[in-house]
Amino acid sequence: MIDNDLLVKVSDAGLYKDGKWLVKGVNLNITKRKIVTLIGPNGSGKTTTAKIALGLYKNIEGTVERLTNKISYVPQKVSIDWTLPVRVIDFMVLTQDLQEQEINDALNLTGVEHLKNNNLRELSGGEFQRVLLARAIAKKPDLLVLDEPVQGVDFTGEVELYALIKKISETLKCGILLISHDLHVVMSATDYVVCLNGHVCCSGTPVDVAQNKEYKELFGEKSSQLLSLYEHQHDHVHDSDGNIVKEAK
Amino acid sequence: MFDDFLFRALIAGIGIAIVTGPLGCFVVWRRLSFFGDTLAHSALLGVILSISLDINVSLSIFAVSSLVALILLRLQNTTNLAGDALLGLLSHSSLAIGLVVLGFLSFIRFDIMGVLFGDILSVNVNDLIIIWAGGAIILFVLWLIWKPLFASTVNYELAEAEGMNPKRVNAIFTILLAALIAISIKMVGLLLITGMLIIPCAMARNLSNNPKQMVVLSIIGGLLSVFVGLYASFEINTSSGPTIVTVAIILFILSLSRIRKKY
Repeated sequence: MIDNDLLVKVSDAGLYKDGKWLVKGVNLNITKRKIVTLIGPNGSGKTTTAKIALGLYKNIEGTVERLTNKISYVPQKVSIDWTLPVRVIDFMVLTQDLQEQEINDALNLTGVEHLKNNNLRELSGGEFQRVLLARAIAKKPDLLVLDEPVQGVDFTGEVELYALIKKISETLKCGILLISHDLHVVMSATDYVVCLNGHVCCSGTPVDVAQNKEYKELFGEKSSQLLSLYEHQHDHVHDSDGNIVKEAK
Repeated sequence: MFDDFLFRALIAGIGIAIVTGPLGCFVVWRRLSFFGDTLAHSALLGVILSISLDINVSLSIFAVSSLVALILLRLQNTTNLAGDALLGLLSHSSLAIGLVVLGFLSFIRFDIMGVLFGDILSVNVNDLIIIWAGGAIILFVLWLIWKPLFASTVNYELAEAEGMNPKRVNAIFTILLAALIAISIKMVGLLLITGMLIIPCAMARNLSNNPKQMVVLSIIGGLLSVFVGLYASFEINTSSGPTIVTVAIILFILSLSRIRKKY
């Protein structure tokens, strides 16, 4: 599958470190305007896979083709020590030079413009994640890599943030690689799911993955139903047991 | 009142305070104060080598400190010891080796107190050139790597993912620190140089809410410490290095009254 919108193509990639495979046999295509989500249990190689796609490892198996250099990254954990006085506005220009207008636009899009001059440590979990997103999108990247972007955010906040991520992918027309373990919420915003457990155990559209046997074994029957529940309003219905009956509304 | 040697001391102190401000901020932000100590302790070996081999003392200190920094980076990759244990190991082994070598050099008259606590009043014109030229180079390089260094200080992985090569700028910063210690040993001495690095920055942190402001306030704090400290040491006849650091401590204590720690 080669097309003009292709941003990153990971072919049969793996990383062997300290005597074991952290992740193996990963195939992944990221294209513009699409959200690819990596899910899997802790230690299943989600972050490693994202870093392989980013090209941060030198000694990997397989190949990674990157067709863009405009990449932004939102790491899993960003903790700002008290010794470091950083305002939102300082953080925005951390790795890039920005015009005033670009800063305002990005903060506006994620809804935190009013916090521009606040110190990062004064922000709540949700506000902080929105600032992280704003920084990442300010230069209009082709590819956005988000490692668990809803950490420390309550359920309502999670739903809002995923809606925001969806909005970002539509507004900027960029490809997004999303890492998450919130199975139920994340699916609403996703085009393609890769389920990892040291290797790719299954991949496909959210609906396909939800029905996959290995996925059910990994996360349990319940989560499969949760997914289905979510997709329910869009393109299929359930029977009384919660199983998916595949037919359009 | 201003004798010639006092004027030279002042010029040296100003030069060093301007450089310790920004570098010290990074030392505070990156939690490197013990690392600074380790480099400073290794400076004793540098001084002794410079005497026994008859080479320039700043150059010798710079070489030994850089070597210790590189050994540290290497040990971090090859051993399982924690960072602070490695620092303690290097810090005290270089100090011990320095003192042992000093024992062999009993025929040389050697002012060890000057090395430990500084002797700013003995600064000569050559030292001034080294301080100002070296300081200018350090600041220029720091200015060049400011953005990637700051980004990797805030978040290493983010900087790496967005193509900033944090590994390289970290190594460069380490070398800058070694260079700073080499040019400032004469002023405050190897036991107090870390204090000169971090105390004005700790004061500045209490008064600032963004990184640039903290750097500027650190420089101002350092300059004030030098002015007041030198004047006081001259008036009340105390040794200048410790007096400068004491003034810095007093400024820090004063800054606590305006601390903005709301959390």
